[in-house]
Amino acid sequence: MSQSASTMGNEKIGSSRRKFLKSAVTLAGATIGYTWLKSSQILIFAAEPKDETLPWYGIAIDIEKCIGCGSCAKACKNENDVPKEPFFFRNWVEQYTVKNDGTVDIVSPNGGIDGFVQRVPDEDIFKSFFLPKMCNHCAKSPCEQVCPVGATFLSPEGVVLVDEKYCIGCRYCVQACPYGCRFIHPVKKVANKCTLCYHRLKKNLAPACMEVCPTGARMYGNLRDKQGPLVKFLKEHTTQVLRPNLNTGAKLYYNALSSEAR
Amino acid sequence: MKRYIPPQIPRLALAFAIVISLFLVLRHLLIPDTFGKYGPYRAASMDDYSTIEIHYAGQQACFECHQDIEDLKALDVHSGIHCETCHGPGQKHSTSAEAADILKPTGREFCGNCHMMNAARQKDAVLQVDLTKHNIGKNCTECHNPHQPWEMKK
Amino acid sequence: MEPQYQNLYDILANSQGYIFPNEIDLQWGILIVVYPFITGLVAGAFILASLERVFKVKILKPTYQIALLTALSFLLVATMPLISHLSQPQRAYEIMITPHSSSAMAIFGFVYLWYLAVVLLLEIWFDYRHSMVVWSNEKKGVMKWVYKILTLGVSDISPQALKWDRKLGYIITVVGIPSAFILHGYVGFIFGSIKANPWWSTPLMPIIFLFSAMVSGISLVLLVYMIISYFRKKTIDLNVLDAIGKYLFFVLILDFTLEALDQIHRIYVAEESFEIIKLLVSGKLYLTLFISQGLVGTLIPLITLAFLQFYKHKIKVRKTMYFIVGILVLIGVYSMRWNVVIGGQLFSKSFSGFTSFKLGLIGLDGTLMAAFWLILPIGILTFLLWLLPPWKMVDEEE
Ligand code: HEC
Ligand code: HEC
Ligand code: HEC
Ligand code: HEC
Repeated sequence: MSQSASTMGNEKIGSSRRKFLKSAVTLAGATIGYTWLKSSQILIFAAEPKDETLPWYGIAIDIEKCIGCGSCAKACKNENDVPKEPFFFRNWVEQYTVKNDGTVDIVSPNGGIDGFVQRVPDEDIFKSFFLPKMCNHCAKSPCEQVCPVGATFLSPEGVVLVDEKYCIGCRYCVQACPYGCRFIHPVKKVANKCTLCYHRLKKNLAPACMEVCPTGARMYGNLRDKQGPLVKFLKEHTTQVLRPNLNTGAKLYYNALSSEAR
Repeated sequence: MKRYIPPQIPRLALAFAIVISLFLVLRHLLIPDTFGKYGPYRAASMDDYSTIEIHYAGQQACFECHQDIEDLKALDVHSGIHCETCHGPGQKHSTSAEAADILKPTGREFCGNCHMMNAARQKDAVLQVDLTKHNIGKNCTECHNPHQPWEMKK
Repeated sequence: MEPQYQNLYDILANSQGYIFPNEIDLQWGILIVVYPFITGLVAGAFILASLERVFKVKILKPTYQIALLTALSFLLVATMPLISHLSQPQRAYEIMITPHSSSAMAIFGFVYLWYLAVVLLLEIWFDYRHSMVVWSNEKKGVMKWVYKILTLGVSDISPQALKWDRKLGYIITVVGIPSAFILHGYVGFIFGSIKANPWWSTPLMPIIFLFSAMVSGISLVLLVYMIISYFRKKTIDLNVLDAIGKYLFFVLILDFTLEALDQIHRIYVAEESFEIIKLLVSGKLYLTLFISQGLVGTLIPLITLAFLQFYKHKIKVRKTMYFIVGILVLIGVYSMRWNVVIGGQLFSKSFSGFTSFKLGLIGLDGTLMAAFWLILPIGILTFLLWLLPPWKMVDEEE
């Protein structure tokens, strides 16, 4: 019954109406086809061929030179408007103390900003060292991998950045970072992390932490520049990255890293 | 005989077509302009970073007005330490030249941050003193000039 | 000190050992516990329904529509805990328009929509179309139009069209089973693929999630069936309970085996993270892992179900036992989600300390919010049962 009724209805459609329908359909189809074409290149994106003319930044930290003054952590907070509460750090310093009994004592009071007071008496200490931490700007960064919307990305210069206007605040990247370098900015409500002071790099200034380091324990540089100071440093020192087993492609190289370091 | 097409199929196909096209059009309208230029992200967000203001001016900026201290500092062990390591962010002060815009650190703890005895501190990186023994009761700057520590004030 | 940080200062004071400073602020709270729990219920309920349809388990017939509607009502809510835990929920649409191809989370929108629109809605639509056409002819006023719209105007109920309803519905079910597997296996993958977190990072995670999903979904349908029968003052068919109970028993065994395997593997290979996980399991997770998940949620139900396989006497006792088993299993699976999500964040990625989790009552990430997202589906289910009552469906012989 109903079947025949609907076919009858179809036949009644006048030719003008049909024409209109036709053109409407083509129009809609064209729009959709165009939008699809335009946006599909984003759906199936190909990694942009690396621009060799741009620098490819890497970082080196010389643990032997670090005196644990916390200037870097303090400057980072000042420069990047990170809340002063001790739960949000783009950059912090830890003190490791390996005791004679083999246990490891790790501290980072307020990220080291207020300095360190030795907790373990000298006679119990096997060895002790400072370990400055910051984003490793991994080339195969797990945080960038998991961001569902592309709000975190590896810039063409090899700096891992967060698009604060695009981040949805799902916190997946915070979970994915094995180094604990990310946090949710309590005011901006988006993921936040070390940007290697990208805004300073663009003005040809050193990142704030490097600017204030009193001993030159930190350096950054262009890994593509084979004659540059960073590559020279890496050549002359035995360096290691944190958690090499995770294959994150970390570009923060430590000189004289102890096996206790995490 | 015409082949039988179950009426559900064209109707559902239509419904899905409408929804999917709607989605595609919306998607087209919502995608940010520079998304996907260099990769799956908004290229313009890198420009957003350039607009962020700096707080640390860099040592060269201080030298423009504080030539005297540059000369002082250059002569001694603190020469490697930039002004803003001790004085804090100086961009604002560099433009305003107001004393209120810059820190003037005081106290034994301040020097102690770098000089206090600590097992983790390499002896050849920095000389350390025991804050509880080294000339207690006095501010470090009473004897040491912060810009030229070995030029003792008497 | 600003009050918003007070909570964090308390946690800092309660942390043990060394944790990275950014880890004090625990990122995924109870809403992310609820989210895999809900998707698990969906997948489980659907798989039970598919059993009836694809493998022609006639005895489960009375639960078929109930299972589908349960799955639908929970699926409709499944994204809500996720969206409400975002700190920028107004930007949630971005995940649909610019999904990042390498992100495990990005595909969720599409997996979800596929499952919702292509699988569940279609299957229910094909199943109910005949009845909805009949109802729209019987009813007057608004309801007539509601049903008419729901049929999408396809009012053909000739035997040929109905045959196609069944045929297409069957195809959808067949497509639906792998979809349900994917939906929930995928949720497990979201956790299992985080290599930074040794408590999550295991290839077994998707499978464990899948089986615990089936366990929870089956128990939920069992409970819903019993409750509906109670409210409709119909006697509960013990054969149905026995059949569901049997499936529950087998799936529970599988689930238990898989999880035990995972832990045994962890203990045996004893990687770098083993020390901290040992402390975690024997300390902060002791209650929720061993007592709540292991004993209450797995062992007791397993023993009871095994017992019910041959104890065939007092009907009333058996019904009560099934009911209790259903609840216990749900508690167990909920605890399992808790142990995964919260447990994975309690220890530091430095492997040398613990933070602690303080569950708030109110607020966007509080208990009340989570409870709301768990109760809402029950409301939706009630509504769906009223709108599409399975017991008033037009009977059609196959
Ligand atoms: C434009 C010139 C100018 C520049 C650039 C400048 N200063 Fe100054 N600074 C001054 C003047 C002028 C005073 C004296 C202000 C006063 O006494 O009211 C001063 C005072 C100071 C004082 C003493 C404040 C006090 O409380 O007595 C410090 C410390 C200081 N400057 C540090 C710096 C540092 C660090 C920099 C680099 C970031 C810097 N200045 C760059 C002009 C400058
Ligand atoms: C090691 C830390 C340190 C560094 C590096 C340093 N200062 Fe100072 N500066 C101090 C301290 C401490 C005082 C306060 C002295 C006092 O209270 O007597 C001070 C005082 C000053 C004053 C106030 C005038 C005075 O002599 O009391 C000026 C101006 C100043 N510094 C400028 C500079 C500039 C410019 C630089 C960089 C070239 C610089 N300082 C680097 C620690 C430092
Ligand atoms: C940001 C860290 C820092 C602060 C703050 C600092 N110093 Fe220094 N100081 C150093 C470093 C690093 C050296 C060693 C420089 C070298 O050997 O090249 C040094 C060297 C010295 C020396 C000479 C020791 C030697 O190697 O012969 C004295 C004395 C000294 N500082 C005193 C002070 C006093 C007094 C203050 C406080 C006003 C102070 N320092 C604040 C980092 C600091
Ligand atoms: C009473 C003046 C006086 C005061 C106050 C004073 N010092 Fe000294 N400081 C000296 C003299 C004199 C020496 C060199 C002789 C010595 O090693 O004791 C010295 C040496 C040092 C050295 C080099 C130590 C070494 O092994 O050669 C450092 C570092 C130092 N002081 C830092 C400080 C710091 C930091 C403070 C503030 C807490 C401070 N001083 C306060 C007079 C003073």
